[in-house]
Order: sequence, then C-alpha cells, then structure tokens
Amino acid sequence: MKKIALSKLNDFFAAIAAEEKLYLPVDGEKGTDYKLWSEGVTYSRALNTNRSAKDFFFPQTENIVDFKREGKTIEVIDTRTEAEDFVVFGVRACDARSFGILDKVFLADPVDSFYASRRAHGTIVTMACTRPAETCFCGAFGIDMTAPEGDISCWIAEDALWLSANTEKGEALLNKVASLTEEGDTAAVDAQKAAVKEIAKKLPLQNLPTDAFKGDVLLEKFNSAKWPELSKACLGCGTCTFVCPTCQCYDVFDFDTGHGVKRARCWDSCMYSDFTKMAHGNSRNSQVERFRQRFMHKLVYFPMNNGGEFGCVGCGRCLSKCPINMNIVKVMKSLGGDAE
Amino acid sequence: MQELMKNRAIELLSAGEVDRVVGWKKGEFAYDCTPAIFTDANDLRDNFVYDDFTAPNLSKYLVAECKKGGKMAVFLKPCDTYSFNQLQKEHRIKRELIHVIGIECNGKADVDKIKARGVDGITGITSEGANFVVETIYGNETMPKYEVMAERCLTCKSKKHMVYDELIGETGDVNPDCGRFDMVAKLEAMTPDERFAFWRGELSRCIRCNACRNVCPACTCEQCVFDNPNSGIQQKVAVTSFEENMFHIIRAYHVAGRCTDCGECSRVCPQSIPLHLLNRKFIKDMNELYGEYQAGEDTTSRAPLTNYNMDDCEPSIVHERGGKA
Ligand code: SF4
Ligand code: SF4
Ligand code: SF4
Ligand code: SF4
Ligand code: SF4
Repeated sequence: MKKIALSKLNDFFAAIAAEEKLYLPVDGEKGTDYKLWSEGVTYSRALNTNRSAKDFFFPQTENIVDFKREGKTIEVIDTRTEAEDFVVFGVRACDARSFGILDKVFLADPVDSFYASRRAHGTIVTMACTRPAETCFCGAFGIDMTAPEGDISCWIAEDALWLSANTEKGEALLNKVASLTEEGDTAAVDAQKAAVKEIAKKLPLQNLPTDAFKGDVLLEKFNSAKWPELSKACLGCGTCTFVCPTCQCYDVFDFDTGHGVKRARCWDSCMYSDFTKMAHGNSRNSQVERFRQRFMHKLVYFPMNNGGEFGCVGCGRCLSKCPINMNIVKVMKSLGGDAE
Repeated sequence: MQELMKNRAIELLSAGEVDRVVGWKKGEFAYDCTPAIFTDANDLRDNFVYDDFTAPNLSKYLVAECKKGGKMAVFLKPCDTYSFNQLQKEHRIKRELIHVIGIECNGKADVDKIKARGVDGITGITSEGANFVVETIYGNETMPKYEVMAERCLTCKSKKHMVYDELIGETGDVNPDCGRFDMVAKLEAMTPDERFAFWRGELSRCIRCNACRNVCPACTCEQCVFDNPNSGIQQKVAVTSFEENMFHIIRAYHVAGRCTDCGECSRVCPQSIPLHLLNRKFIKDMNELYGEYQAGEDTTSRAPLTNYNMDDCEPSIVHERGGKA
C-alpha cells in the first residue's frame, strides 16, 4: 500500500491537476459538492456530497446531435466532443458502486457512447468512510464502507493518506505521482477498518433485510395493497430521482432552433406525470403507479434483469432530501412484511 | 400537545364527525415525519406525531381530499391557516367539508441545521426545555433549540390562527416586527451586479426537481405550464444556463399576491436555495407600492395585483423615480 503524509496532500492534488482535471468534494455555504481543484481549494472530508458523482458520467442535460436545414438538405452534425481525461477524488463506497449499476445500463448493447467515453476517460479515486450517518444503509446491499471500490481506494488514517490501486488506470495514476508516495504497511488502515465496522454495527439501517425482494416476487410486490398508503403523501416531485446516484432514466427531446433542430437529453423522473408518455398517452396515470415504478425498479425489476444486483446503493440521499420523508427504506420495511 | 391532538382526532373519528384526519405520521428517524390521512383510530394511536419536527404544511393535501367528498379534520399551525384561507379564496377547497383544528406552534426545528453542526448518526432527539439533546452513535450533543430552528420560524410573521373551528393550545399574535424582510432589504442594498451574482450563485444549484412548486399551496394548477410538453418548455431541464432562473422568476410572479410566505418552498428544496427571499421581495414591493397586504389573512379581499384603484401607483414610474413610491 502507498502512503502520503497529509501535510503533502496539496502537493498530491497539484501533481494530479498538472496532468488532468481533478474534481473533489469541497465545502460550500450550502453543503458539500464536487468542484474542480485548483490551488487554494480544500478537500472536504464531509461524509458525502449533495449531488452524487453520477453527474460526471451522466450529466443532467447534454446535447446529442444537431440538425441543420438548408434548402432541401438536412445536415446532421455530431456535437460530441471527445472527453478529456479526468480524476474524481473522494468518491464514497456507495457512489462508487453506483457506477457498476449505471454501467449495466449504459454499457450494455447498444452502448451509450457518450457515457462510455466519459467512463473511459475518468479515473475514480474513492475514500473510505469513517463517520457514517444514520441514513447510510450501504451495508444492506453488501457494500463495505471501509473498502470502497474504484480505480484507487483511499483511507485517511493517522497522519497519512493511504492508497491502493485496484485497476490499471489506478496504477497509471499512482505512477504519475510516485515521487510523492512511499510504501507503508497496512496496520493503520486495518485498525481503522475494524473500528469503523464496529461503528457501523450501531447504525440503524446497515442490516436492513433485503431477502423479501429476492426470487420470484414480482407480482406479489407489484400487487401489494400497501402502495396507495405509501404513496399517498408523495408530491410527485423529482427530488428522490435527481439526487439518486443510480437513477438512470432520461428523456430525449428536440428544440426547433428556427433553422434546424437541436436534440438533447436530460434526466427524467418516473415521478413525473409525463414520464414515458407516448403517442397513445401515458402508461402510468396516477402517482401510485409512478411511485411504485421507482421502488419496483430499484428493488425488483433491476435485480431480476441483472443477476440479483439491487438498483440502490443505500447512499441515503433520498432519505434526507424527500420533502415528505417517504423513501426506499420505508418501502422496504413495509413491503418486506408481505412475503409468504 | 401530541396526546391532546391524538385523543381529539380519535374522538372525532370515533364519533363519526369526520371520516378522516389529515395529520403527520412518525418517520424512520427521530426527526422525520410524513403527512398522512388517517382513517383508523388504531393507526392514529400508534403513528400520529406532533413534535418539534412536524413541519409540513398540510393545507395543500386538502385540495385532493376535497375532491373525494366526506368530512375531514385537519391540523393547522398558524402559518398553515394562511394557506388554508388562500386556498378557500381561490375555491380550491370546500370549507364545509373541513373541520379545522388550529394548533399551537412554537417553531419547528430544521434537522439540516442540526447536521450542519457536524452531528451525525442520530438515534434519538429529546426536547428538554429550551434545548435539544441529540443522541448519536458518537455520543450525545446538547444544543439550544433556537440555534437549530428553521429559518421561516425564526422570522415567524404570526402565531395567530387566521381560521379555526377549534383550538388546541394557544393562539398568539401577529408579529409585524418579525424581521422577515431584513434579508430582502440587504439584497436591495446591493449593487445590481452583486445581486445578480447572489441569485446566480443560488439558483444555479437548482436541479429542477420541482419540489418547490409541487409543495406550494399557491401552485394548484391542474396542469402547470412547465408540465405541458406542447408549451415548448421542459419542466425537468434547463435548456440554457439561465433557464432555471427564469423558472423561478416566472413562478414568483405567478404566486405574487397569493403567496402567503408559508416557507414550504425553501423548506423542501434539496439544494437549500432560499426561495423565500424571491417571494418576500414581491411581498415587500407590493406592501410598499399598494399598501400592506397579507395573502391568506382573510378569504374575501382582492389581492393587490388582481385589484384596481384609481390611486394605484404605476410601478414603471416608481422605477423611474428610483424605487420611491
Ligand atoms: S417520494 Fe418524496 S422526493 Fe420522491 S417524488 Fe415523492 S415527495 Fe418527491
Ligand atoms: S434510492 Fe435513495 S438510497 Fe438508494 S441509491 Fe438512490 S438516493 Fe441512494
Ligand atoms: S452509505 Fe455507506 S458508503 Fe455511502 S457515505 Fe454512507 S457509510 Fe459511506
Ligand atoms: S411560494 Fe413558497 S412561501 Fe409562497 S405559498 Fe408557495 S410554498 Fe409557501
Ligand atoms: S426545490 Fe430547489 S432544486 Fe428543486 S426545483 Fe425548486 S429550487 Fe430547484
């Protein structure tokens, strides 16, 4: 394992930023968010960012193609710009797992070339959690907060940043900053892992059972009588979907520019009334159905199509952001009792 | 309070005076609750909650509930009664179906403020006089309630209920010196560039989740213009980097004179955007240009922008004079 003294953290960031763009969590007046690093920017050790790291690979809006009309010809313009190499530092274990979930959607055939290009150019450096919150339930999905995935995993323990590369991309990045690092044994990191695992045991949701959503439960859960009650207070806003690191739906729309068309896509939300609206109308006409879609997707449809992997990473953002405090945990607890 | 309210709700339900009660249900943690429609006394007994965190304004739920018919009881804090009146004025709810229980409110806490103090892993919160004792897996923290009180409660305009059929606890007074326009005055004192920078900084964080609109008791259009794909605008995406600013400005205009300053929009914003400042600017301007007016104070008066008096000022002239009426 490599290590860098915390006093040299700034040099480490500077060395990376000299090579490629570096984004990391930075405290603002209203919480923490990823920002571009430049000299003077301080890394925040806050538990997690307001917006998830999904934005780097699947931005909220992007142009996908332009059409330009001149007389009787239509020119199709590829607006894609090749992504530059970049590094995202400080991603937590939950968000790191979300990339694996998004990959299953966007990298499956037909490959989403916009997403694929960003994934190819991005290096993810993760940071182990030391002070998890009550809203964290990563453990329920088998995510180890003390050993985050990513190209490089990091720990801040004692007076050093400890780094361990997991992929070739990660090795390559570590090589670039080799002059700053030294070899260290894993004792400090091991001690921290053990201590944090003890903390995690005290968290209320780390062992939230997921068994009720395994196996052939689609119809039973879909037809549960509990959906109307659960969704009753839901405002149909898109907060839970827009803060979620694994929500992946998008809408494609055209803008008439007067002399052509701009085609763009943006995040969509199953909580919205025009979600999946087609020529014949809408397939989900009530908020109960829309609400059910969100949770069925995460807990039943996604796992059924992806070898049992759940579509939630337990980051807890929807728990703390929903205006009415209705969320996936309450749904799991309520529907969990439906089994048998 | 909670027990009194719960017992009264059970009584009303059991006596058949109402067939449902709009209240709040206990949440997952010590600090969250979900608005709920109770139809069952046992459910009320087990799950009803009223505490320092039951912030959601229940009045908007009455719009949908009234469409279903039947009698209902609702618990309203003083600020919520303004929303109720405004909804009645706009014929969005049926007064005769609703039994309004006005409830005393001493201000609600904002858990984000608790968390902003670095308090995490919360497993319990107890109220001890003027303090909260927050139990966490990392140890207990004691903090004065007023330090973690929600912004809107720190500048509460009125502890007086504008409407009620019965009261639980006390009703208080209107507080003209609540200071709710202080921050607006600060913004007004900025140079246009500073103000532009302030709002760009705030509004550029908007993720267009529409929570502010969907929670707003003044936003009860059957279909919002932003939800109509034929309107040429998208409700979920900003086409240019200025569009989310426009969304908020349009919404502020639309609720001008109808916004009661209930503060729900700022409460729900996941990006902590101080939307109330936009609405308060409108309220302050209208007060200054057309005379004091408080939306939701009554159910009959005409709002400044839907009324016409011969001596109404011309805002354009006011503008030319440098903002003095
Ligand atoms: S569950 Fe909550 S965040 Fe999601 S749409 Fe409903 S009210 Fe909004
Ligand atoms: S559903 Fe909620 S907890 Fe799960 S990943 Fe999405 S935001 Fe996080
Ligand atoms: S959910 Fe787990 S991995 Fe994510 S921030 Fe919380 S403790 Fe860390
Ligand atoms: S705009 Fe905000 S403060 Fe005004 S009525 Fe709507 S939610 Fe309440
Ligand atoms: S609630 Fe906040 S983030 Fe959501 S649309 Fe309103 S201002 Fe934007």
